[in-house]
Amino acid sequence: MRQFLTFVRKEFYHVFRDPKTMLLLFGMPIAQIILFGFALTNEIKNSTIVVCDYSNDIATHRIIDKLKFSKNFDIQKKILSHREIEDAFKTGTIKLAIVFPNNFNDDLHHLNKAQVQIIADASDPNTASTLTAYASNIIMDYQRELLNINSIPLQIKTDVRMIYNPELKGVYNFVPGVMALVLLLVCVLMTSVSIVREKEMGTMEILLVSPFNPILVILSKAVPYFFLSLVNLTIILILSTTLMGMPINGSIPLLYFESSLLILCALSLGLLISNITDSQQAAMLISLMGMLLPTMMFTGFMFPLENMPMPLQIIANAIPSKWYYITVKSIMIKGLGISAIWKETLILAGMTLFLLAVSIKKFKIRLA
Amino acid sequence: MPDVVLNNIVKTYNKGEIKAVDDVSFSVKDGELFGLIGPDGAGKTSIFRILTTLLLPDSGTATVNGFDIVKEYKSIRKKVGYMPGKFSLYQDLTVEENLNFFATVFDTTIKENYDLIRDIYVQIEPFKDRRAGKLSGGMKQKLALCCALIHRPKVLFLDEPTTGVDTVSRKEFWEMLKRLKQQGITILVSTPYMDEATLCERIALIQNGKIMSIDTPQNIVKQFPEKLFAIKSNSMSRLLHDLRNNRHVKSCFAFGEYHHITFENNSETESNQLIQDLHLQNHKEITLKHINPTIEDCFINLMN
Repeated sequence: MRQFLTFVRKEFYHVFRDPKTMLLLFGMPIAQIILFGFALTNEIKNSTIVVCDYSNDIATHRIIDKLKFSKNFDIQKKILSHREIEDAFKTGTIKLAIVFPNNFNDDLHHLNKAQVQIIADASDPNTASTLTAYASNIIMDYQRELLNINSIPLQIKTDVRMIYNPELKGVYNFVPGVMALVLLLVCVLMTSVSIVREKEMGTMEILLVSPFNPILVILSKAVPYFFLSLVNLTIILILSTTLMGMPINGSIPLLYFESSLLILCALSLGLLISNITDSQQAAMLISLMGMLLPTMMFTGFMFPLENMPMPLQIIANAIPSKWYYITVKSIMIKGLGISAIWKETLILAGMTLFLLAVSIKKFKIRLA
Repeated sequence: MPDVVLNNIVKTYNKGEIKAVDDVSFSVKDGELFGLIGPDGAGKTSIFRILTTLLLPDSGTATVNGFDIVKEYKSIRKKVGYMPGKFSLYQDLTVEENLNFFATVFDTTIKENYDLIRDIYVQIEPFKDRRAGKLSGGMKQKLALCCALIHRPKVLFLDEPTTGVDTVSRKEFWEMLKRLKQQGITILVSTPYMDEATLCERIALIQNGKIMSIDTPQNIVKQFPEKLFAIKSNSMSRLLHDLRNNRHVKSCFAFGEYHHITFENNSETESNQLIQDLHLQNHKEITLKHINPTIEDCFINLMN
């Protein structure tokens, strides 16, 4: 045990004394989350929208004027039928359409409530949700104005419709995606490089010619990166909740548990890579290429898996981050518990066990 | 049973294309200082790695401290100290941290075996808070030796410990080895420097994976078959050429400020004839003297 602890301490020395490692370990996640954070929260200006005004009365004109004055919208033209709206969406010239039904003003003043429909092109879910939020804010603003004049509260009901991607999968796609990406990249890269470095420096030779159990070499390599990754995860979570308003609706311990599973999975993968390579560059290349691309492609946060051809969907099943991504979304956004995600958890755990077993079995107790 | 025994060890690389160790057998006695002498690429490192259980031989058997290198590798790893040819400590850890780390890896403490490394460690102790990567070559070697000794090994394997180390440090290093030998540690050391061979008790001359001769340095020198002469003149490069073309000269090698030569018939009369020939070829200030061969002379002789 004393040996093990000394080894772990040595690994921490390696990390803290190498500025490059520190930068990679903590700089990259922060940079990524901030980058994606701004991509997500960036204001959208001058989006082209259309208004379909069946009512054409004083209330609708007032709202349309308000929309015009907003710097976010650029009202292209007023059209008069649903058919035209659909055509405009299909050509991709507009992002949003607002439809006022007949007798909008009458309904508002006589029935005390009226409806307005907002239709958004949700194939780009981030833009769609931002724009609908802007539009409904403006309409709510008008409602508040009316409240100042009238004593009876008048209600405008906005009916938001997302077309092309009605479930709006992708609103909070980035944070869980970046979490998977960062944890995988950092862990795989760090472990593989740190073991290969021992080979390259020749220290592995001495370690092998010692009573130290090779399995302990592996484990003591994994421990520091496991804890550093948890620190990383905490940074990501703090940044994404404060910077991007990402909710954590589910249990935080469960989130950490699932993340630990992914970290272990990544560490085992890193060990496996370090077994088959002899230079730090090769280890780095394999980790980057072998991790970055599949994670980006097949996790589902960049490209929806449902839209992929069948063979690619099958390949995606072999990517650990896909399962992690599902569990994280379920926990953070839907607030679900373990009962809803036990299947994904089990798959992830299975992958981890498999990779760990293979990498320990493949660990070379000799040089060649 | 001798501490190290090799029987017909063969090791090839690239699926048999390169023969690194070719049917090597020798043994090292308890407490002996044994030298493996040969140029780069002779197979010294391969032999060391086989004995330290880092590589498996293609064929042949070997034991270290009575344990089989294949089946009982775990026992060997507890008993031996190994210092690879390349400086192999953690460059980003300090001297003290390195030593502490290796002491712990071998399940011991610096204190426990301090008497063994004291002579060496006091020399690097003033730098104990310095990172190992920032040490000079000689210091690095001393630190590496300390780390290899920290668990009081039975057998010590030193792979080219003096390569890239200055002359003074080299001399000091060999003195340290002699002191370690007195502690009863069996030492197997390899070196490409022939002048270090005489500092070993017994040596094996190795070339292209084959052992050419194993004996004490004195005996190897004695076995030199011919009389050896050293010769110099005012124009050494021309002299080398002329000597090699001379009918009396059997072999001729440049050797520092002299050329070393042997004669065809090993007779004194030839030396006079040679000097006459050289005078005719306009060589001036010729000195010719009979000398005792060195290990390097023996090595060159064996190579041919």
